[in-house]
Amino acid sequence: MTTASPADTAAHESVATPVSTSVTSGASDRWAWGLVAVGIIIPLLGYVVPDIVSDYRLFLMSTMMIYAIAVLGLNLLTGFNGQISLGHGAFYGVGAYTAAILMDKVGMPYWTLLPIVAVVCFVIGFLFGLPALRLEGIYLALATFALALAVPQMLKYRWLEDLTGGVQGIVLLKPEPPFGLPLSEDQWLYYYCLIVMVILYWAAANLLRGRSGRAMMAIRDHSMAASTMGIDVARYKTITFGISAAYTGVAGALSASAIAFVAPDSFGFFLSISLLIGLVVGGVASLAGSVIGGIFTVLVQNSSQSLSNFVKSDLGLPFDLSPYSVYGILLIVLMYVMPTGIAGGVAIAWRRLRR
Amino acid sequence: MEQLIQQVASGLANGAIYACVALALVMIFVSTSHINFAQGEMAMFSTYLSWQLIQWGVGYWPAFVIAVLVSFVGGVLIERTILRPLHTAPILSVVVVFIGLLAVFNSVAGTIWSYLIKEYPSPFPKEALDLAGLIGAHQVGVVIVTLVVLSALYVFFRYTPLGLAMRAAAQNPVSARLAGVRVDSMLALGWGLAAAVGAVAGMMVAHIVYLEPNMMGGILLYAFAGALLGGITNPGGAVLGGFMVGVLENLVAFFGNVIEKQTGVYIIGNGEKLTVALIIVICVLTLKPSGLFGRVVVTRV
Repeated sequence: MTTASPADTAAHESVATPVSTSVTSGASDRWAWGLVAVGIIIPLLGYVVPDIVSDYRLFLMSTMMIYAIAVLGLNLLTGFNGQISLGHGAFYGVGAYTAAILMDKVGMPYWTLLPIVAVVCFVIGFLFGLPALRLEGIYLALATFALALAVPQMLKYRWLEDLTGGVQGIVLLKPEPPFGLPLSEDQWLYYYCLIVMVILYWAAANLLRGRSGRAMMAIRDHSMAASTMGIDVARYKTITFGISAAYTGVAGALSASAIAFVAPDSFGFFLSISLLIGLVVGGVASLAGSVIGGIFTVLVQNSSQSLSNFVKSDLGLPFDLSPYSVYGILLIVLMYVMPTGIAGGVAIAWRRLRR
Repeated sequence: MEQLIQQVASGLANGAIYACVALALVMIFVSTSHINFAQGEMAMFSTYLSWQLIQWGVGYWPAFVIAVLVSFVGGVLIERTILRPLHTAPILSVVVVFIGLLAVFNSVAGTIWSYLIKEYPSPFPKEALDLAGLIGAHQVGVVIVTLVVLSALYVFFRYTPLGLAMRAAAQNPVSARLAGVRVDSMLALGWGLAAAVGAVAGMMVAHIVYLEPNMMGGILLYAFAGALLGGITNPGGAVLGGFMVGVLENLVAFFGNVIEKQTGVYIIGNGEKLTVALIIVICVLTLKPSGLFGRVVVTRV
């Protein structure tokens, strides 16, 4: 591309700028396993300092992991394959409803569901990936935007009400610890999410390190060059769409178990946008960034109110700053300071410190 | 049949709103190649400004003009202060900044003026524009205003040196800069124009949907779809696309009702009309990826 104008190239420009070229290295592998060990220990601290590691906090951490999985799925698609999605909340919702219907109507136990959910969402994502092949950039953004709006409406659709429970949604049971383990429900939920997240993270890291991952990234960086080198662009793009949807769908299924309730309006456009924000704030094209993004999403949802109170009472500002505007300002400032997300910002800072 | 015509007419009226917002989106897109997701909230904020002026006793049209001018300055300032430093940031980061702006505008408007729904006056006389009861006076006025804005922009871009400079800056920034065009100022100007056009759209729509901080939420999506359908690089196409989306949406609901009446089977109602309209738009886009009237772009590799 030599003299193309911004307007010309906009639709063809890749959306993602990779944070680093290598996905994971040996050193970061050791870090990752260290973090997993910390993750295993945290709930056990509840027996030592029950005030700090309360069941509620464990529940929050479980939701962080669930969001991390969802963002990870979005990252596979947007960060590593360059296809933007404003509608991943839809796959999250489909995953949650598939799980809920299978538990509620068919009576299947919660731990058998994830593979089925993954397959269902993979198929839906793959099928959606077919028309998406023709669309790029802002056009794909519109198509996925429409998906984000369509799914909550479909869940309320009159002919599906018997299955989905319509506007009321479906009430479920929280998963109970298996084998009579001496864990509380929230502790077990935490471990359940941790296990699923570690497996999926490991799988994603392996996928990206291998031949398919390199093909995905080659398509993101220059799809025409990739196809000249013999990569089947259409196949990889649709399969990536499917895998990404499967990840996000599994996250949705976990959330259905965690909250023990599904309703159509919780899977609207706002969820899709939260996932996208989690992706960008965490770090596009960074697996660790996805986890940071998941943590960020939950933290912000839970603490903008207290942050807003802090600004009002402690800093003594003369006007009221609502939580929503705190959120907005936070986003703008974050993008100012770290345009490549937290993972990218930390990586740059680390490189400078080491020099 | 009469019902059908009525639906088309009211679709055209809704479409005029979408067209106006679509025009604002195109303004920013051609100069910076970003879709401004905060466009709707910016328009909403301008509308509140004009409402406040009217409350203070300023006449409708003076308030209208002041709001448009203030929005223009505001748009330029936003580009200068918030978007300029992000010139080299990845597109997705800019999208997140837009979402941040959206949140800020929405909540600041809510804090200042509360979330209560307010009535907003219509400047158009009831008697003069009545078309046999098919379509309200305000709706006719909106269509006229949209067309006026479009022609004004057309004249500006086609016949003024400044318009030519803006087009040059958008089409080929490097060469334009070499030829002495101040490309950065042109980007700011594009933002100002978009904010001004958005303000017009907001003041037109507020009478129909009532004034409240969330009033532009759905409209932005329709406008986005309309702009893409018509071709996001072409202001005229975007306006036409906006009208088409408005009509399409009403027709979908209309035929859904007809089917239900004839056969008794419920397929599409008001709840699903947005989805179906969007699916049709996307189908069109898969067949014609640069929109119906957009420029087909050939990139050299």
